[in-house]
Amino acid sequence: MLDSFLEPFKYDFMVRAFIVSIGIGVLCPMVGSYVVVRKLAFMGDALAHTVLPGLVLGYIIGWNPLLLAVPTCVVTAILIGFLSRKTGLSEDTSIGILLAGLFSLGLAMISLSDGVNVDLEGILLGEILGVSSQDVWIIFVICIITGTILYLFHKELVFNSFDPQGASVIGLPSRLLDYLLLILISLVVVASIQAVGVVLMLAMLVTPAAIAYLLARSFVSMMFLGALIGVFVCIAGIYLSYFLDLPSGPSMTLVAVVSFIVTALIKRRTVF
Amino acid sequence: MVNNQEINQPAAIKIANVSVYLGDVRVLENISFTIEHGVMVALVGPNGAGKSTLFRAILGLVPIAGGEILIHGLPFSEIRGEMAYVPQSEQINWLFPLTSLDVVMLGRQRKIGWFRKPSRLDKEVVRYSLDRVGLYDKRNSLVTELSGGQRQRLFVARALAQEAHTLLLDEAFSGVDIASQEGLMDMLNSLKNEGKTILLSTHDLTNMSERFDLCCCLNKHICAFGKPDEAFTPEVLEELYGSHSSMKLDSDGG
Repeated sequence: MLDSFLEPFKYDFMVRAFIVSIGIGVLCPMVGSYVVVRKLAFMGDALAHTVLPGLVLGYIIGWNPLLLAVPTCVVTAILIGFLSRKTGLSEDTSIGILLAGLFSLGLAMISLSDGVNVDLEGILLGEILGVSSQDVWIIFVICIITGTILYLFHKELVFNSFDPQGASVIGLPSRLLDYLLLILISLVVVASIQAVGVVLMLAMLVTPAAIAYLLARSFVSMMFLGALIGVFVCIAGIYLSYFLDLPSGPSMTLVAVVSFIVTALIKRRTVF
Repeated sequence: MVNNQEINQPAAIKIANVSVYLGDVRVLENISFTIEHGVMVALVGPNGAGKSTLFRAILGLVPIAGGEILIHGLPFSEIRGEMAYVPQSEQINWLFPLTSLDVVMLGRQRKIGWFRKPSRLDKEVVRYSLDRVGLYDKRNSLVTELSGGQRQRLFVARALAQEAHTLLLDEAFSGVDIASQEGLMDMLNSLKNEGKTILLSTHDLTNMSERFDLCCCLNKHICAFGKPDEAFTPEVLEELYGSHSSMKLDSDGG
């Protein structure tokens, strides 16, 4: 029994996969807690999809795709805010337009650049076993940056998320804090994209944090409990992926969703 | 060096010829009034009269077109933190799992500053503020678990923790049952007696003269400003609520 649990560690790629999954397992629910309580799930989904052109451009010019995904994602986040303010359209309409537009741009780039080796299935569904050691470093740096921002700006981000007008009244830059949160979501999306893929990114962002929301009695405990759940989900997902030969995205998502259903059945919290 | 006399002289809130546009629509027209320190003022008017916009203008959240707003004789940008705001309930994200202690601590943020943690003094002030509004027992309750009246008191506690001199309460009594309204009024009165200035908007026109020192009747422009029993003439009521309003006044008992 123990042997089969330790068996995957014989391979370097599995060790890398475990390191990455601990990083994103912690990070996704911490930022995801904000996504859940601020109802930004659609925004998170959009940021995951709009990463595609950045990743593909990376493959085409031969850079590490993650490096180009970061600016693509951040620019998208800013563009969504800008578009809904300038046109007066609702934010989710702007998100919808950009999500579809940039995702299509990425797909078009793949078609037009034949000869470039793009692993589309890996991008869409996640291939954590294909993480390179350079990727591990990039993800590690993203984790450190995101964690530091979350820690340093915690009380301001909380105030602005709970009562944006009250935050403005005492002089907090409400709009900048909104952008900061979108940038954090972008960073998390980029860090997790190889593990869970574009299509299922949303599951990691929202589900472990939602489980924690059902159980925790304060926002900070929601973040930390979410991190524990996130690590469990990622590691269980990797084992599932390894032994059943599934793509890592769906296997992590299934673990997360089953955990959510079990939690929701056991513990029901009254939310009006 | 400024002496005490000069510091005390300027009014708590002085508004002169202020207009506010939202897009191309003028929602406030030539608003002028002065509120001295230590008085409680009710802002009344129909829906869409611009009550919330007036609050937002006083708080510097919407740009004003012409005129000026002075708080303690200074523009808002120089006096941030002196004003506390209790927003309408819909403006708050109640999904956020914060406890009463967490919410009142938000009022200390300006004093705490960026990148710093609450000191022992901050925690002491928060406990005192919660005790003052009678919610110390509920300090570890989540905001979702509080009633409408308790939520309003919680935000007043946040204003106390902020050590603000002026409190603005938008729709102070919405979602607050009658019994809790009285408790809230008693608390606001005791704050007023300590010299705080309180401006609140309400739809409830009952017992205006017993409850408030002054009342400001707003319907895009100021229809009347003064003592409640003098302000509510039939003409003013008609301007505020149309021709059926005198009936309303009768049934509410003035």
